Amino acid sequence: MLSLIIFLPLLGGLIILFLPKTSERAMKQIALICSTASLVFSLLAVTQFRLGGGMQFQERYSWIPSIAVNYHLGVDGLSLPLIVLTAVLSVLSVIYSWRMDVRLKEYLFLFLLLETGMLGVFAALDFFLFYIFWEVTLVPMYFLIGIWGGPRREYAAIKFFLYTLVGSLAMLLAILILYFNAEPHTFSMLELIRQQPLADAPLLAALAFWGFFLSFAIKVPMWPFHTWLPDAHVEAPTAGSVILAGILLKMGTYGFVRVSLPMLPGTFKAYAFFIAVLALLGIVYGALVAMAQTDLKKLVAYSSVNHMGYVMLGIAAAAGAVGDPSKAAAAATALNGAVFEMIAHGIITGGLFFIVGVLYDYRAHTRGVDEFGGLGARLPVYSGITTLAMLASLGLPGLMGFVAEFLVFLGSFGVFPYLTAVAVTGVVFTAAMFLWTIQRIFLGPLNPRWATLADMDAREKLTLVPLAVLMVIFGLYPKPLLDLINAAMSGLVTALR
Amino acid sequence: MSASDLWSIVPELWLAGLAIFLLLVDLLTARKSLVGVVAVMGLLLSIIPIGSLLTQGARTVIFGSYAVDGFAVFFKILTVIATALVVLAAIDWLPGRSQYEGEFYALLVFTALGLVLMAASTDIILLALSIEFVSLTSYVLAGYLKGDVKSNEAGVKYFLYGAAASAVMLFGFSILYGLTGSTNLYEIARRVANAPLPALYLSIALMLSGFGFKISMVPFHQWTPDVYEGAPTPVAAYLSVASKAAGFAALVRMLMVVVDPGRLNWILLIAVLSAVSMTLGNLLALPQRNIKRMLAYSSISHAGFLLIGVAAFRGDFGTPGLLIYLLGYMFTQLGAFFVAALIGQQLGTDDIPDYAGLSRRAPVSALLMAVFMLSLTGFPPTSVFIGKFYVLAGAIDNGLLWLAIVGVVNSVISLYYYAGVIRAMYVMPAASTVPLREPAALQVALGIAGLGTLLIGLYPQPIIDLARSAVLLLRI
Repeated sequence: MLSLIIFLPLLGGLIILFLPKTSERAMKQIALICSTASLVFSLLAVTQFRLGGGMQFQERYSWIPSIAVNYHLGVDGLSLPLIVLTAVLSVLSVIYSWRMDVRLKEYLFLFLLLETGMLGVFAALDFFLFYIFWEVTLVPMYFLIGIWGGPRREYAAIKFFLYTLVGSLAMLLAILILYFNAEPHTFSMLELIRQQPLADAPLLAALAFWGFFLSFAIKVPMWPFHTWLPDAHVEAPTAGSVILAGILLKMGTYGFVRVSLPMLPGTFKAYAFFIAVLALLGIVYGALVAMAQTDLKKLVAYSSVNHMGYVMLGIAAAAGAVGDPSKAAAAATALNGAVFEMIAHGIITGGLFFIVGVLYDYRAHTRGVDEFGGLGARLPVYSGITTLAMLASLGLPGLMGFVAEFLVFLGSFGVFPYLTAVAVTGVVFTAAMFLWTIQRIFLGPLNPRWATLADMDAREKLTLVPLAVLMVIFGLYPKPLLDLINAAMSGLVTALR
Repeated sequence: MSASDLWSIVPELWLAGLAIFLLLVDLLTARKSLVGVVAVMGLLLSIIPIGSLLTQGARTVIFGSYAVDGFAVFFKILTVIATALVVLAAIDWLPGRSQYEGEFYALLVFTALGLVLMAASTDIILLALSIEFVSLTSYVLAGYLKGDVKSNEAGVKYFLYGAAASAVMLFGFSILYGLTGSTNLYEIARRVANAPLPALYLSIALMLSGFGFKISMVPFHQWTPDVYEGAPTPVAAYLSVASKAAGFAALVRMLMVVVDPGRLNWILLIAVLSAVSMTLGNLLALPQRNIKRMLAYSSISHAGFLLIGVAAFRGDFGTPGLLIYLLGYMFTQLGAFFVAALIGQQLGTDDIPDYAGLSRRAPVSALLMAVFMLSLTGFPPTSVFIGKFYVLAGAIDNGLLWLAIVGVVNSVISLYYYAGVIRAMYVMPAASTVPLREPAALQVALGIAGLGTLLIGLYPQPIIDLARSAVLLLRI
């Protein structure tokens, strides 16, 4: 089942590679069919998932027996929502890219390869496999930015490539350190969590921890490793930005929860306060810089730095509570909030990048916030969805972002009360930034330049309405998703106590 | 010497016979590509006697001067595959550039024979002779294009540097003989423990110049970019793969058999040389515009990576690591050079910016080149990734974590110039949209290189098994 979900997109990509260049329609249809099929199977997996059943749908085959590498997949309440999120955003991105006409074949192939890589990262339970999928996501993204990006695409693409490669190679060393200290040597993530091979070797544990930290922190990105992000986001094509913000960033936070926290809990606890401070800096810095932006895409990009800061605050709080049973409840709440925020950010910010694309790609061809004004009357549907997404992003109660942020603050207050108090002020900045943006774009007198702008067409509605609906549903009734996440997180916290 | 000794060297006899036979075929036919095809067939057939050696136990033959062990067999296989691929590529590349086409293939097969001898010699006289043999044919091959000034320069430069390096190495051998009174490696190993350390260090240092020259290790690397640039592209490919591999074979055999028992701290020496080679090669590769010079500097940096495998030649990861790296690197590096040969032939240029728009003009070659570049950087799932994974793991397993970190940093640096080629092919606008002709034999060689790169990356188990059986290096 999981293999099918992961490799269906790649299969489609390979078929597309062998189609003649002229059959563009067939290529797009294959891409849509394969990514939709992947989504359907992932939803099927959700319906068959048993809450509290631990790792499920496991597949395990021997791959390179002489170094104990297995092809091992499995999902729990942490990875399953991320897999569904990946599948959803991928399908929507294919729909959005329907009008893509530049080098379509390569575009679709790379896109589907990217989807396979991302799904694989979330499902892999063997470090060797995890590393391969992790690296596989880098290459297509480099091409997506480098070929279909904006004016400074080459710079942004190579910067993204180099930054993330530094991280992944640091991770490779950390993986090898874990491998050689486990007895018997193993790449199995579950086995490494059970063995805790570095529990009695603080120096090696610290080395491994910082290796993983570098890799994940660059991916998240945490302040001060975030500088690749605005460049990559701004230059990437719309669907690329959506995937980048919606999913690739989550690979970093997923790594912290899946790897750093359970495998090196003692070391993580020792540095938890420091990491929480970095997260706090990201929250405040991201919000302030976003407020100063006039480029809509850059604004959303910096708001990502801000939101990922919340996620990291929640994770760091959980790490700070390791070994302290009195704080276990707070840790579980913080982790639930952090994972919920991952999903919420994927849906909301993914939606926001689509929104920027709708305006920029086919209508105004500018992203300057100050150049608009009064669009509310001219583009009612567009304005409605944008306002909804921005309100969700700033954390308005009743929408998805609020649930996530509330849980993160609630949980981390029990562990780092002062830091959390400062972090809450970040919400004020975020709110100010988005409200001000809404005002500048949609309110006021209509700028005559945009008097002939058309509202969203059917295909654009098809990409954005599902996301808007999800924001509302999970904002009002987060229980099903939260139960799923909580099943995995409470287990993790229990194991760490 | 007995009849069974002769049976054990059938592969060598076969290669020698093949090379002479090729000269005869060249005399009798006007279609020179036929000579190349016969060479490929003959090389592939030699796999049969080589394979039959796999089942036999490790031993020395011909008065203890020649090893028949898994290690030697591995390098025979590697050399034969590399030679066959290079001959295939040359069949399309050479016509029109040189009128001495048939001899070219014969010389390549003679070189292959020399490389095979190098990897298996257990006597310093035989070792010196086989290194000289390889050098002589390589000088000729590097300067093969008589009308081409750069090729002439390459030949002369290779000769001058090579002669000097060989002379220094021979001096090192002579000291070793003076210290122990034997030319046989195993005899030397028995007596080396009593030799005075300073003289032994001097001898090792002098010998390293010869091996270092063959594997383009810093500080014996200066010839590499000029020779690769000027030499015929298939020859450059051959030097960067087969000749390098045989150099590593001889180096490892010398270190393991002779130096290891001698109380020397050779590991630190090799580790430092490895770090310097990786870093310097990489930094010098960054500003290159010519693809062959870039590949030359990158091959220096890969020599550094391979030296990690030498420094960590112990344990489950270290020992097969070097061999796995060499085999994976062979396919990738040959493939990259074959694309360079194709472009050089079709566009008449080796400049990376002229690769602009290649993804439209020669989509298959461009895709393969992208795979080769990513493989050389060390991206999974490709063959060089498996090699790098193994040597880095070996380094960590043997307490050389610092060297692994140097390797990782260098991998990141190397991405910049490898991605530069990809950028030219895929991102930069094409100067023209005329599709390029992609000749058949070159395409076959390119396809095999690409297949090897990806298959080893996706399913490395057979290669790992082969390398593990090959690490049975005969020691005392």
